Amino acid sequence: MSAPTTFIERIVFILENRGMSMLQGAGNTLLIAFVSTVIGCIIGFIVGIIMTIPLDKRDNIFKRIILRVVRLILHVYIEVFRGTPMMVQAMFIYYGSIMVFNIHMPFMIAAFFIVSINTGAYMAETVRGGILSIDPGQSEGAKAIGMTHVQSMTYVISPQALRNIMPQIGNNLIINIKDTCVLSVISVVELMFASRAVAGAYLMYFETYTITMVMYLAMTLFFSRLLRYFEKKMDGNKSYDLATHDTLAHTSGMVSYREEKRQ
Amino acid sequence: MSDNIIEVRSLVKTFGGNEVLKGVDFTVRKGDVTCIIGASGSGKSTLLRCINMLETPTGGEILFHGEDIMQRKSSVPEYRTRVGMVFQNFNLFYNMTALKNCMVGTRKVLKKDKATSLKIALDYLEKVGMSPFINARPRQLSGGQQQRVAIARALAMEPEVLLFDEPTSALDPQMVGEVLAVIRKLADEGWTMIIVTHEMAFARDVSNHVVYMQDGIICEEGTPEQIFQNPQKQETKEFLARFMAG
Ligand SMILES: Nc1ncnc2c1ncn2[C@@H]1O[C@H](COP(=O)(O)OP(=O)(O)O)[C@@H](O)[C@H]1O
Ligand SMILES: [Mg+2]
Repeated sequence: MSAPTTFIERIVFILENRGMSMLQGAGNTLLIAFVSTVIGCIIGFIVGIIMTIPLDKRDNIFKRIILRVVRLILHVYIEVFRGTPMMVQAMFIYYGSIMVFNIHMPFMIAAFFIVSINTGAYMAETVRGGILSIDPGQSEGAKAIGMTHVQSMTYVISPQALRNIMPQIGNNLIINIKDTCVLSVISVVELMFASRAVAGAYLMYFETYTITMVMYLAMTLFFSRLLRYFEKKMDGNKSYDLATHDTLAHTSGMVSYREEKRQ
Repeated sequence: MSDNIIEVRSLVKTFGGNEVLKGVDFTVRKGDVTCIIGASGSGKSTLLRCINMLETPTGGEILFHGEDIMQRKSSVPEYRTRVGMVFQNFNLFYNMTALKNCMVGTRKVLKKDKATSLKIALDYLEKVGMSPFINARPRQLSGGQQQRVAIARALAMEPEVLLFDEPTSALDPQMVGEVLAVIRKLADEGWTMIIVTHEMAFARDVSNHVVYMQDGIICEEGTPEQIFQNPQKQETKEFLARFMAG
């Protein structure tokens, strides 16, 4: 087989020989980004909800002290992880756990851990904003039928906050797809790591990274479309069915109430 | 054993330095329909919100079946299941259909099973004439329809008292009638209600007890005949005169 000479030939050559390993890298990138975004959102919701628990003078002293302490810790968490680069966090946590706890984290576990924790710190603030943006009337309506704070959060506030912050969640997912590339510093075999190996092996940098670019773009485009679709789904139907086949509807007072006029 | 459900005694509420309720006393017996009237800013909403513990009273007490609600052994949420509230702005849950709005309380708070909860919701939605719209979301309904669903949601909890805070004030004029008709029907069925309203004709017809509030105190109270036909206090006369004229 003669050595490939043109740009196209080289691309085909790389795809034939190392396409699978690049795809596997891309698969890992997706897996890390997706799972970590989901876990990060869960962390974000938990932290965001704790940050918005109302403190009442009537609450007992222990509850208030515990809540204060927990909030302080969460504040530190948010500031530290938002305020330092993920690449540094990756090295800090990975090598730190070896040095201090003598734990050698499997690369993938380390990747999930770092990206989730990082996403959680960002999402916490997003969720807090999302919760605060919900009309206070919603939680009053919930209270008025006897819901506790947790119930009102679970059934009324969080679902609406979630819908409102879907665009930011999508943003985070896309950022995570791209930013997992920094994990190659701790040898996580994601797309960037795989690309570097391929480019180095064949000394075809431009061609390899062209493929890498296309793969990243394909992933981010796919997910931004998917998230749009989810948003539409969450909004429910534009119109609603009149439940006229409902036997009760026939006896309903829709019409009969009209006869009573305001005086 | 008295059949007093709610007794408000020397109720005081201040916001910062602003004393909004300055010692309010009144009693609601089973089956009473109490209408609270008065100029805006006189403390009517604050009074209702204190009764439902959405605001914490600063002083005085509120007795529910003779028991101070601030000192009740059972929790505030449990108390609220027995005192329903209908808001000026409906406050329906935007993430749920009309039906779900009326089921979530019985399902998740009262922990009734799904079939029971569904039946209760359908019954009350029918009572307020909203059966055809059970699948609609609040934003797809008119104000009057939303308020009727909100009433059904409160009724589904089968509370002992229903509080209405200006239930028709946010509505276009042509929708006021349909909501008042529903409340009137509830009065006929014997529900105990406290209604803050500016609809004087409605208050006169539907209530057996009218309370006129001014500047955080009850200025005058009595039967609808006493208040509307033969008010004793000068303030009440002026308020009614202004209201009937305007
Ligand atoms: N949360 C609050 N903080 C401060 N002031 C309030 C608050 N709620 C009500 N007020 C004040 O209390 C007074 C009475 O309000 P409200 O009970 O809403 O009157 P009404 O319902 O009779 O119009 C008003 O002057 C209002 O500005
Ligand atoms: Mg008011």
